[in-house]
Amino acid sequence: MAFLKVSSPHAHGPMSTGRVMRLVLMATIPGLVALTWFFGFGTLTNVLWASLSALAFEALALKLRKRPIAFYLNDCSALVTAFLLGIALPPGSPLWLILVGTGFAILLCKHMYGGMGYNPFNPAMAAYVLLLISFPVEMTNWLAPRGAVPASELLGPIDALLRSLGIGSAPIDGVSMATPLDILKQNDALLVDDLWAQTPQFGTVAGIGWEWVNLAFLLGGLYLLYRRVFTWHAPLSMLLAIAIMALLFNDGGSSASGGGALFNLFSGATMFGAFFIITDPVSSAVSNRGRVIYGALIGVLVYIIRAWGNYPDAVAFAVLLMNFAAPFIDHYTQPRTYGHKKPNAQEKA
Amino acid sequence: MSDVNYREISLNGLWKNNPAIVQLLGLCPLLAVTGSVINAIGMGLATIFVLTVSNTCVSLIRNITSDAVRLPAFVMIIAAAVTCIELLMQAFAYELFQILGIFLPLITTNCVILGRADAFASKNRLLPSMYDGFIMGLGFSAVLILLGAIREVVGTGHIFANMELLFGESAKAWKIVLVDDYKAFLVAILPPGAFIFTGLIIALKNVIDGEIQKREAAKAENTAPTSRRVRVTGNIS
Repeated sequence: MAFLKVSSPHAHGPMSTGRVMRLVLMATIPGLVALTWFFGFGTLTNVLWASLSALAFEALALKLRKRPIAFYLNDCSALVTAFLLGIALPPGSPLWLILVGTGFAILLCKHMYGGMGYNPFNPAMAAYVLLLISFPVEMTNWLAPRGAVPASELLGPIDALLRSLGIGSAPIDGVSMATPLDILKQNDALLVDDLWAQTPQFGTVAGIGWEWVNLAFLLGGLYLLYRRVFTWHAPLSMLLAIAIMALLFNDGGSSASGGGALFNLFSGATMFGAFFIITDPVSSAVSNRGRVIYGALIGVLVYIIRAWGNYPDAVAFAVLLMNFAAPFIDHYTQPRTYGHKKPNAQEKA
Repeated sequence: MSDVNYREISLNGLWKNNPAIVQLLGLCPLLAVTGSVINAIGMGLATIFVLTVSNTCVSLIRNITSDAVRLPAFVMIIAAAVTCIELLMQAFAYELFQILGIFLPLITTNCVILGRADAFASKNRLLPSMYDGFIMGLGFSAVLILLGAIREVVGTGHIFANMELLFGESAKAWKIVLVDDYKAFLVAILPPGAFIFTGLIIALKNVIDGEIQKREAAKAENTAPTSRRVRVTGNIS
């Protein structure tokens, strides 16, 4: 037996990039299960196609850039991008849509900027926004959740595959339905309480299905927090900001209302964004103080775009806007190192 | 100034110092109106006209304007040329005029034109200035049309649509549909697409330049092997 002699300190780094990424992948499982239960197998086919194509694009980019392919594929960062994009896309999205998305995310958003660790924008969210502004019809075509339609209407595994490939009569399988955020946005006649009573998509606190999906992502996120993959600063401040904005601007449920705090916290991509998107270590702010500001501003933007913007959900736009601002936030929130003056202090004097 | 090299001017305007992808001047029309080939051609023709006219006039008056009023005088000339092309387009290509909209009068503020007036025409004789204006305009238009073609193909799946706006009724048949029932890839036609594809074109140019340089370096090494010393010791200069 050969013993490696190493001098002190005998510290070891338990968190390699690959390990962190695999933990993140694992933590999406509850959310994936919830999405599959409520919306059928469409999300799983999304994730499947996105993963395969993302790995292929990643290998292609690494080959073009003359980097070691196996080494970088092993860190699973492309898989994480693929999972996040696959979850964000409407269930059962067509294959070409997913290919365009992952291609843009991996080739342009990631490797054009220098690959893993150098991308200023979150690749999954950039691709999502690209698809949303390019193909609004396909991107707003959400399936109806279990509970609003009978379970037989949900996409089975074979149907989902056929649908994503665009084969046969599959596109009619699965009924599409506006999401609760959509309904709330387009409603200009009914009070929120009436809306709630008259449309089948609403559940206990938010949309039927959506509240459970958000809870599942919250669960996965808390697991990651427990494993110290990220700190609590960004997610907590984002959720608090959304809640505070919703409380401040909730007008008691008129037809122009953007929904209350609980509704906003458990609708759309709130929890998914808070724990899986804005905690991206590459494109977010780096200091703890910076993360609080970063998260809070994302929360504020999410509410602003949801309530007064053109698009029903806002997490992707808010994240991209704040990715722009992250270096700026970092500049003003550099922590003081022991024995040194406050950085950037001379500029204020 | 007597030995003006026309070849040099051509090479500069079209490739080495291309106004659109090397100097990165006039990005506003470059990004705004290159959604299709026809728009790009219209804008390119207008820019060529304005550049040539303004360079000619500036070169003519270069010895009688004082430095202090130089720039205002240039801008007046450019504005006059732009007004001409605007009225011409209104007369002969009204629909295209409407599509190009505000970007036609905005040619006045295109930095390429003032830049060439100040950097070249105000220091050179009439003919070279005229030629420089034309070639710079041509280089700019070439990039406009290339970008327009890429964006039209990626964005809509067809190319050379609406050519009748400029070339008469017979040009209606020029439209080529490359992919049937193509899903419009809106981002290519929207401003972000302009930025992305401009960046890709610039990257392509840099790659080509790099290849050319590599080849020249290789050639230089091959042609002069005898001048190499086999054993090198100490400091040789």
